[in-house]
Amino acid sequence: MPGVVEAPAGVPLTSASEPLRRFLQAARGAGLRVSAAEGIDAVRALDVVGYSDRAVLKDTLGLVLAKTPDEKALYHEAFDLYFKHEALSADKDGENAPGGDVNSPPQGSGNALSQLLTEDDRAGLATAMEAAGRESGIENIRFFTQKNLYTRRILVHMGLHAVEDEVEALRTGETQLGMDRAALLESRVARLRDTVRDFVERNMLLFARGENEQYREALLKSARLSNLERRDMERLRVLVRQMAKKLAARYAKTRRRRLRGHLDVRLTLRKNMGWGGIPFVTVWKQKRIEKPRVMVLCDVSGSVAAMSQFLLMFLYALNEALSDIRAFAYSGSLIEVSDILEKEPVEQAIHRIMDVIGFGSSNYGNALADFEDGWMEFVTNKTTVIILGDARGNHNDPRIDILARLSQRSRRIIWLNPEYRTMWGTGDSDMRRYAPFCNVVTECSTLRHLERAISDVLEGAN
Amino acid sequence: MDNARNSSSPIRPLQSIEEVDAGLGAAGYIASRPISTAIYLAHHLQKPILVEGPAGVGKTELAKSVAAWLKLPLIRMQCYEGLDESKALYEWKYGKQLLYTQILKDKVGSVIGESDNLAVALDKLHAFGDIFFSRNFLEPRPLLRALEQPGGAVLLIDEIDKSDQEFEAFLLEILSDYQVTVPEIGCVTALVPPIVLLTSNSTRDLGDALKRRCLHLHIGFPDEKLEARIIASRVPDIDVRLLKQLVSFVQQLRALDLKKLPSVSETIDWAKVMVLMHIAVLETAVVRDTLNVLLKFEADIEAAEKHISSLTHKAQREAGIA
Repeated sequence: MPGVVEAPAGVPLTSASEPLRRFLQAARGAGLRVSAAEGIDAVRALDVVGYSDRAVLKDTLGLVLAKTPDEKALYHEAFDLYFKHEALSADKDGENAPGGDVNSPPQGSGNALSQLLTEDDRAGLATAMEAAGRESGIENIRFFTQKNLYTRRILVHMGLHAVEDEVEALRTGETQLGMDRAALLESRVARLRDTVRDFVERNMLLFARGENEQYREALLKSARLSNLERRDMERLRVLVRQMAKKLAARYAKTRRRRLRGHLDVRLTLRKNMGWGGIPFVTVWKQKRIEKPRVMVLCDVSGSVAAMSQFLLMFLYALNEALSDIRAFAYSGSLIEVSDILEKEPVEQAIHRIMDVIGFGSSNYGNALADFEDGWMEFVTNKTTVIILGDARGNHNDPRIDILARLSQRSRRIIWLNPEYRTMWGTGDSDMRRYAPFCNVVTECSTLRHLERAISDVLEGAN
Repeated sequence: MDNARNSSSPIRPLQSIEEVDAGLGAAGYIASRPISTAIYLAHHLQKPILVEGPAGVGKTELAKSVAAWLKLPLIRMQCYEGLDESKALYEWKYGKQLLYTQILKDKVGSVIGESDNLAVALDKLHAFGDIFFSRNFLEPRPLLRALEQPGGAVLLIDEIDKSDQEFEAFLLEILSDYQVTVPEIGCVTALVPPIVLLTSNSTRDLGDALKRRCLHLHIGFPDEKLEARIIASRVPDIDVRLLKQLVSFVQQLRALDLKKLPSVSETIDWAKVMVLMHIAVLETAVVRDTLNVLLKFEADIEAAEKHISSLTHKAQREAGIA
């Protein structure tokens, strides 16, 4: 099939690929990541299958553009939405309508518009609206606050000014006929306005949804977790899982870093004894990399509970990158919660934990003492201890001595404090006194902080 | 860039999507329309297809059927953690290379001859072709073999998600240009670009670079009609009414909350069991006895057992048996 497979430069941006280009933009707007290369693939693929069969068209673009199940779902939605809306505007003669002659209706010809309005020619109006939309760059709409702006722009492009002038002229003419006509035109214009607003909303759905999501996510990642509202929780959970997945993948990569390169002379000779020492089979030195063992101590007293939730969620989402997690929760006293977390999905488990021990007033000394009694013996020089808490022990004895012993036994202690750094050591905060025994003390109040802290835990293991 | 390559292809160009449909059907694979479209496009655009979907929906089977239909050799590479290029692409025949050096040592006198000084001897040695790193000593592994098939091939890279991320990067060259670079020899380009299928169970996310080079085909569980056709083609002895019940039952089972949903391959197995046991009508007792063919987890069987009778009755109703 000569000519099908052409260099990118050879793909002409003819009017036939114009609807495709617009669809690609709609697809991007819906949240699909479509690279330029994939765009070119789409053009090539459509050269092969043609535009005539809608079902084949849908399958084809789906194969080329959407590359995960999530993206497939988004794609199907975007495709249906886009072509439903193309169908509204398309001329009767099918396929070349969207790109071809729609641009021809002269813009700003008020007479044409008033004629369309009087005749109530819906198809004509829709076509004109589509063209005006294109000229006013509707595909660049991003925020719902721009809705009125674009509605107005489209109406002006369609020739609203001329119609308004005409209405004005008819009214000043003061003939009964003119008044009737003016009233008719006005009511039609009002209806047109609604239609256009609808059109703009549809376009916003089409082109801007993905961007809004991204914007919102970026915001959530860097917002203080204690300030977040309930309705964002679901989205945050998804985000946490995504971040953990990314981290796990990156970590797995460094862990499996290529180890070939150092010949193990002793083993090679041993293995090749049978061939008289001629090295047919080579043996390479392997370095064992241990997965970090983690013990997490989470403050679940009222002040820090929100943060603890996310830390636990994060760690359990990271399960594959860690060899052993033991989780403890404390407020007044300390209990182990690993069992609860393993048996139930994290979201429910966290509720259970909060019911059992959460929201009390914290007593760090007591909690540390509990830990020493029950679990200190399990801490080895491979254990990373993560403590999450604001170190506000309500003026109880902070038991610095236990933390000192813990720091000697463990590989390292990482303290995550959700308070601003400037607040540390003020009032009943013992942070400054605990700090010398921790390897890392860091402020941790947003998802980004959390991601960074945990990425440190993983990297420190290598 | 591809015209020459295309015309040298002995694979007859496919005319239409319907032809793919019919061809796969003849090879015993009932394809849904997206599947046929994918094969058709892969052939014309010369792009690999990444096939994702739950286990047992016929991802690997698709590659086999394409090979059978086009009468091309199927070269299969099973991926696993730790797979590297010496197992996937090529390996030097170390033993033979060593033998070669031994022979060379013996023959070095005759090669160099009666040279008076070192410079002349070295010149002669250089003039003698160096075949230590040459194709003769190359042991081709699946990927290289696929490129070297004179008549084209179907290359199946199975369960790519099981391999390491580095291995993915290493596949990129072969996927986009149908060539591999062997550092000692140079570039080996495909005689005829093979049809490449990669399968994945999505146990991990594949890299964007890999996905960008592939068409992405997602095969989900088939709908009732398609599944019935698949079973009918795989288990031809089955009674039509039993087939209807089977399929309806399995489709309902998939709506339950199970750890591992029964797949097409399980339905086929179940149908075979029914035929072997000479069962004409699906009844609660029979289902209870054979449920372990469909469901592979104890917890799933327990969960499903409660619903068996209602599902069976519904299946009977739908098949027109009171």
